[in-house]
Amino acid sequence: MKNDAASRIMNNPDFVELVAKRGRFSWILTIIMLVVYYGFIVLVAYFKDFLSIKIAGVITLAFPIGLAVIIVAIALTGIYVLQANGEYDRLTRKIVAGEH
Amino acid sequence: MSRLFTRFLTRLLAGLPLLAVAAHAFAAEGVGQIDLKQTNWTAIAMFVVFVGLTLVITYWAAMRTRSASAFYTAGGQISGMQNGLAIAGDYMSAASFLGISSLVYLNGFDGLIYSIGFLVGWPIIMALMAERLRNLGRFTFADVVSYRLSSTPTRTLSACGTLVTVAFYLIAQMVGAGQLIKLLSGSLLDYWQAEIIVGVLMILYVTFGGMLATTWVQIIKALMLLGGATFIALMVLVAFGFDVSALFAKAVEVSPKHDAIMSPGAFVGTTAYDKISTISLGVALMFGTAGLPHILMRFFTVSDQKEARKSVFWATTFIGYFYILTFIIGFGAITLVSTNPQYLDAKGALLGGANMPAIWLAHAVGGNLLLGFISAVAFATILAVVSGLTLAGASAISHDIFASVISRGRVNEKTEMLVSKYATVALGVVAILLGILFEKQNVAYMVGLAFAIAASSNFPVLILSMYWKGLSTRGAVIGGFLGLISAVVLTVLSKGIWVTVLGNSAAIFPFSNPALFSMPLAFVAIWFFSITDSSAEAKSEAGKFDAQYVRSMTGIGLDAASPH
Repeated sequence: MKNDAASRIMNNPDFVELVAKRGRFSWILTIIMLVVYYGFIVLVAYFKDFLSIKIAGVITLAFPIGLAVIIVAIALTGIYVLQANGEYDRLTRKIVAGEH
Repeated sequence: MSRLFTRFLTRLLAGLPLLAVAAHAFAAEGVGQIDLKQTNWTAIAMFVVFVGLTLVITYWAAMRTRSASAFYTAGGQISGMQNGLAIAGDYMSAASFLGISSLVYLNGFDGLIYSIGFLVGWPIIMALMAERLRNLGRFTFADVVSYRLSSTPTRTLSACGTLVTVAFYLIAQMVGAGQLIKLLSGSLLDYWQAEIIVGVLMILYVTFGGMLATTWVQIIKALMLLGGATFIALMVLVAFGFDVSALFAKAVEVSPKHDAIMSPGAFVGTTAYDKISTISLGVALMFGTAGLPHILMRFFTVSDQKEARKSVFWATTFIGYFYILTFIIGFGAITLVSTNPQYLDAKGALLGGANMPAIWLAHAVGGNLLLGFISAVAFATILAVVSGLTLAGASAISHDIFASVISRGRVNEKTEMLVSKYATVALGVVAILLGILFEKQNVAYMVGLAFAIAASSNFPVLILSMYWKGLSTRGAVIGGFLGLISAVVLTVLSKGIWVTVLGNSAAIFPFSNPALFSMPLAFVAIWFFSITDSSAEAKSEAGKFDAQYVRSMTGIGLDAASPH
């Protein structure tokens, strides 16, 4: 790509909107995953007693929390796909169409 | 093919009620002693069927693999869901199926900590990398790194990172393959014969069928593994009348560790060093995923960023589901395998070693037929994973080292493809030799090391090349090599090698995984040697960032770069 085409697209309001929205969304998802996972790891390493609390019969708090981390991971990727397939792809198509 | 599988799965499911009765019968009285010296013909028959099917696919793929783009990336024609299954297949190695269910069998909840670490890298890949990778890369992740940086040094770095990661991962798989096949084939095959079978089949798939055959072998195996694991987990639940709390209660009752299997325990350790090691392992698993060359390469097999996103979603879903299954399988094995003397030796240890709980559980709930099927799946898994690894290694040699570094881009596609086929054969032979050489060695540290190197060298360079305008060639190369070398050196100085393998009395590096230190070291070094780089080259590289940025966000220019 030529640099003048690049600077033209960078000034395209649709591109500015796409980059701002997608960037913010990506970092929010990343931060959620980091907090959830390292929160879990810190619980495992330093708060064993808390995770060992029994909630039903022999089942401890560690089980629903562990399962929740797995579900959060899958859900975050699903949310991203939904969001990107709609709004971000619409903006991208607009930008690409403008270049042809 | 999908029809074949539907039929196959229907038959499996049709046998469900019958096997449910059988499971109770086995659990109640057992079915006689298992003889490890006896050849398991069911397993061998099923394996032969699998190999036959994959060779047909390889032949079909070979007819379609005429260009470099077809060889490296299946022509970019893999759909998001297919690619998601293939990625999940690459990820669900025999080590993770047998190893994690064995971890759960021995330590209960601890096994889940490990598998969660393997999963959580995926949302990060989704949010920060998948689309940009697809929009910038062509055949290897080095394409992305060298997009605006100087080609020769950055491709050399990326190829080194690829080959070292692939080598450690490959050795671990080959040694596991040999031991497993030797065990499961009874006295039929020796260790070295098993190595040669794996090596030769892998060479056939990759040289003739390229990425297309490798992907389909991986997809079929992923379906077999998911189907088999689902079935075992279901049978465990059937045995407990779908009452999960009854399963856990029974496991706590019969496990020698009792209540301890229900909360984090031995795996995490008790000393401050152990705890930091747990966090370090978490870093390696999370960010290593985003730097594994054979996984990154799969993002170039789909047509656009939309399919790249779908790939990650499906991969995460299948992998997450699979880890939940291995958890049920591990607990199922505590209740149904550890209590059954036919799976134990005189001292009460598992027949065949620590990796066997899932295999024996298959026998406990489904008799010889399921044992045979799961054994064949385990073998198929190893074959598929080593093929993917070898293809990634061969691509680094032919596309990065040969075509770009040695020939400076003055090479035609035919020659490059030929080199990649020679490279595949060479890597296959090396893998067989290393597998035989490491037979008696402890290779447990190797997968962890592969992840640590990927997190400390490939990942920092790749992510900064996409996000940071200030990255210069000098910074990338110095920081990338520092990360690679420090990850290897710190691992050698840690207990896994320094004490267990080399026989010294105490480890010099007190943590079991280096990533918590080597990854930040790489980032800081890349940053420092980039900002202090005042060369004209560095300025021109920064000047090219905007064009790269626009393409990474929109995919504009993609068609011209990767024809399909």
